[in-house]
Amino acid sequence: MTASAAGAGRYKRRPGWVDAFLWIVRIGALVVLVWGVAGTVVQGIAGEGPTGEAWRDLVVAGIAQGAMYGLIALGYSMVYGVLGFINFAHGEVFMAGGMVGFFVANYLWDIRFWETDFVLSVLLVLVTSILTSALVAVIVERVAYRPLRGSPRLIPLITSIGISFFLQYTFAGLFGVAVKNYPPPPDYMRNRIGILGLQIEVTKLVVIVVGAAAMIGLYLFVEKTRTGRSIRAVAEDKEMAALMGIDVDRTIVATFAVGGAMAGIAGTLWALLFRGVSFITGFLPGIKAFTAAVLGGVGNLTGAMAGGVLLGLFEGVGPQLVLAGFGIPGVSQLKDVVAFTALVLVLIFKPTGLFGERLSAEDRA
Amino acid sequence: MAMLEIRGLRKSFGGVQALAGVDLHVDEGEIVSVIGPNGAGKTSFFNVVTGLFLPDRGDILFEGKSIAGLEASEITKAGIARTFQNVRLFPDMTVLENVMVAQHCRTRSGIFRAILRTPFMRREEAEIEERAREILSFFGSRLVGYRFDQPAMSLSYANRRRLEIARAMATRPKLLLLDEPVAGMNPRETAELTGLIRKLRDEQGFTVVVIEHDMGVVRDVSDRVAVLDHGVKIAEGAYEEVSTNAEVIEAYLGRPAGAGR
Repeated sequence: MTASAAGAGRYKRRPGWVDAFLWIVRIGALVVLVWGVAGTVVQGIAGEGPTGEAWRDLVVAGIAQGAMYGLIALGYSMVYGVLGFINFAHGEVFMAGGMVGFFVANYLWDIRFWETDFVLSVLLVLVTSILTSALVAVIVERVAYRPLRGSPRLIPLITSIGISFFLQYTFAGLFGVAVKNYPPPPDYMRNRIGILGLQIEVTKLVVIVVGAAAMIGLYLFVEKTRTGRSIRAVAEDKEMAALMGIDVDRTIVATFAVGGAMAGIAGTLWALLFRGVSFITGFLPGIKAFTAAVLGGVGNLTGAMAGGVLLGLFEGVGPQLVLAGFGIPGVSQLKDVVAFTALVLVLIFKPTGLFGERLSAEDRA
Repeated sequence: MAMLEIRGLRKSFGGVQALAGVDLHVDEGEIVSVIGPNGAGKTSFFNVVTGLFLPDRGDILFEGKSIAGLEASEITKAGIARTFQNVRLFPDMTVLENVMVAQHCRTRSGIFRAILRTPFMRREEAEIEERAREILSFFGSRLVGYRFDQPAMSLSYANRRRLEIARAMATRPKLLLLDEPVAGMNPRETAELTGLIRKLRDEQGFTVVVIEHDMGVVRDVSDRVAVLDHGVKIAEGAYEEVSTNAEVIEAYLGRPAGAGR
């Protein structure tokens, strides 16, 4: 992708039919977008469609979901930055956290602690989830990726797909295939409180606040601490980092651990939002978070966070805003179509993502 | 006892013998130049000594202990630092961060201390930042002030070379290996850096080995010159001796016409 991008800058190519086709796609996408929005606006004026309150809910739900995607996307981006491949098993790292967290939650429910002290219970679940996901990520690195260090990028990529299935079916085998529902949260979690003129459900508020705090924490960790500096050095030039006396293997373990911890936080947020977890829970959010990472520019941490929130918004608002304008029924079920169409469009309009890719020295050369 | 002692060092890549049995010693406080035509094995020599490549045979003794086969990071910790012919900085990191990251081999705070921000780790961070500023001030006004927070890739070519030396200094080495430090610099910058190489030894106390093509620089800085050709040391001695050595002249210029053996 980089090679062709650089090539396009270097040589003046005669425009061919592919370019013509891409322009048709670009124009077509814009027409569909404008048409759909116009249709929705017309409906709105006519008094049909969702109310203003419902629109605001869609935005808030989108941001909450997006915060979760962003947290998972960070793991994809960090590993890509340091090792240069997409770790497709990362979705399962997220699932592992949510899954093991469920057993803690269930136990707390059994001893009636969940109801008496919900906040502390969720904190315990959160810690379990973080530790589980970080541990799974580190083990996967140690067992599956480290022996492949130095082999072509495609090989760990394919391995990661294998690991992804391995983890899914290991969890299915251990805990069964049924969906496990977290115990119900207390009623006040469904209350709405007014912030900045918005009426936000407490659950969504918690998800957004925790997600934002984790992202800020990660950003500070990577930019301001010693280990973060090592991670950036290893991402830029492994050989040079080793010559500076940085233990590259340990730094890579730290990268996986931190990325896994973010996925673990996302696992608990998922439980707060949707309650149900199963062995397959990691798949779609994993792919969505990967989409978010590409949307923001893979390897770029700010991009991963922003990409996550944007994708959540596209998903939350997009169906109502664009698709409903065509009079399509049941649009909210088409959110995946909107999310992945957004990805395709970003790749056509701006292939390096909205915030640009971050490449290591080897990739730049 | 020599600080660095190399015995019968061999390294080949496929069929090419980059190093075909090199012996060299460097005493503490010396500035030794390694010269030779392109492809003579000079950079391979640095790569093997710093642990980027494993030697095929031979031994490398640093302060009496063998370092052959150690990881690059361990060799750095032992006290050898280097720069590269084609400057290799961390381009997206700032000038100050480039020098701070080089001190990681001398500090101890791990990931948990980093997350918890213990007082120990905060003190250590403050110390390495202070030291980074100090090291950068070695180059006068060129890398200080507003430049601290600029990304390394925004620096001029000559400044990138200086930053690379600063970064090598920050690992607190005893031995500094400089690979063509003045390559691509203009005459004024070259003269300035020549003075700096001497200061690295005289004021900072580093022992220096420098690979250089610029014979003026070699003449001005070297206590001793070693000449490599086709992976073998063909001459060694003071600049005047080496520069008039027939074999050295032949290696650089080829045999005079009609002087066939």
